[in-house]
Amino acid sequence: MGALSKSPWIIHYDGSSCNGCDIEVLAALMPRFDLERFGVINTGNPKHADILLLTGSINEQNKSVVKNIYDQMPHPKVVVAVGICATSGGIFRECYNVQGGADKVVPVDFYVPGCAVRPEALIDAAVAAVALLDKKRDAMKAGKA
Amino acid sequence: MSGRTIIPFGPQHPVLPEPIHLDLVVEDEKVIEAIPRIGFIHRGLERLVEKKDFIDFVYVAERICGICSFIHGMTYCLAVEEVMKIEVPARAQYLRIVWSELSRIHSHLLWLGLTADAFGFESLFMQSWRLRELILDIIEETTGGRVIFGSAKVGGVRRDISAEKMQEIVKKLRSYQKEMDDIGKVFLGDLTVQHRLRGVGVLSTASAKALGAVGPMLRASGVSSDIRMMGYSSYGTLDFAPIVEQDADCYARCKVRIRELDQSVGLIESAASKMIDGPIDVKVTGTPNGEFFARSEQPRGEVIYYAKGNGTKFLQRMRVRTPTFANITPLLETLKGCQLADVPVIVLTIDPCISCAER
Ligand code: SF4
Repeated sequence: MGALSKSPWIIHYDGSSCNGCDIEVLAALMPRFDLERFGVINTGNPKHADILLLTGSINEQNKSVVKNIYDQMPHPKVVVAVGICATSGGIFRECYNVQGGADKVVPVDFYVPGCAVRPEALIDAAVAAVALLDKKRDAMKAGKA
Repeated sequence: MSGRTIIPFGPQHPVLPEPIHLDLVVEDEKVIEAIPRIGFIHRGLERLVEKKDFIDFVYVAERICGICSFIHGMTYCLAVEEVMKIEVPARAQYLRIVWSELSRIHSHLLWLGLTADAFGFESLFMQSWRLRELILDIIEETTGGRVIFGSAKVGGVRRDISAEKMQEIVKKLRSYQKEMDDIGKVFLGDLTVQHRLRGVGVLSTASAKALGAVGPMLRASGVSSDIRMMGYSSYGTLDFAPIVEQDADCYARCKVRIRELDQSVGLIESAASKMIDGPIDVKVTGTPNGEFFARSEQPRGEVIYYAKGNGTKFLQRMRVRTPTFANITPLLETLKGCQLADVPVIVLTIDPCISCAER
């Protein structure tokens, strides 16, 4: 376990969600669920972040924003699609301005189901993301990525 | 030096849980003008009425916004019920009030937390959200969901709350009221908090009216307007009055919301005492034919649903005017002339819900 996995920093961006998943992301960081006990800290700066939490689906307007945030994050990084909107477009799938899930523009490592997601599921995702961060870092060290 | 600079604010910004973009034209530290750009979350769900039938669309309406989801679903139902001339049973109407007010309490607590975060009072942020979890527990016990309730439906509600449960809820809320008071005291009494809120972002009564502000934003500017007073869904049988403040600054908006917490607890209590046994829904037959504007009061202000049916199971047109959308123009007005450091607080005092505004 390295420094990275002991305290992974997350950044959260809301694609075109209904807000339900966003407030659950925040709720997961609050005293009741307290994601911070795993060292997870919420940051607003992509350059500090290791895990990108994306809620909501992708549309024409936010495509470049999501891509931009992802590109600015340092390697290794993990992307988590939060909620069914970020997974596939969910209930809004058939809307004219919804192009689909987060994987339309960035490579997604974990999909967290739910509409809205439950904070417990987010904690699961964070724990899984930490393990993957370690793996990616080791691969980088070994010169494989 | 008094050159003008443009500072971009958003769409991804630490104080914003949701994306909105403002170009702030500043002269030194003073904001001269704010130019908004919205549309990052536009989904186009009004057109979805063509693909989902009028019964199913309740679920979509609930997901216009995850914070006031129940009221969105309910107002859509109000519109369709009026078109179809459906009489909703009394018990269902009071249950709708209970869930609406629970939404209001959790939304206001959420807002208080985010505002505390915006002026850098981290522990107050955490305390407000801790309290909000207790309200979410009640919501989860009665509906099964934490943010999306799924309990509104055309013709009534989907779930019932037993009399004992209702008493328990009222008792719980009464005990949380003390904690809400404690938080309220810090917001309204703390000297540093007052420094950040008093006299900041003033919106005069005249401009609030002229620019069409709604909800707490309007009431904090001294206008007594609350759509609940129109008496939809049995609100007319309850005894209450709009909460109005005169100072028209961020502090007044904060005070309106804190006082509304108390009011909502009171409303739930009186709705509980008026609830009589009976059915919670009626059978819906036929299809909507005709049109109607339904209005209701959300935590953020007035929401309007327009529904037009043409006798098929798909509505012909559905339109939503959400409170945040109405409050963006007043927001731009209040931003003029403020200090750059006050921008996050002012933006938050309209309680922006961008996913509502852009649908
Ligand atoms: S998954 Fe559901 S709750 Fe989450 S953003 Fe989408 S519609 Fe809202």
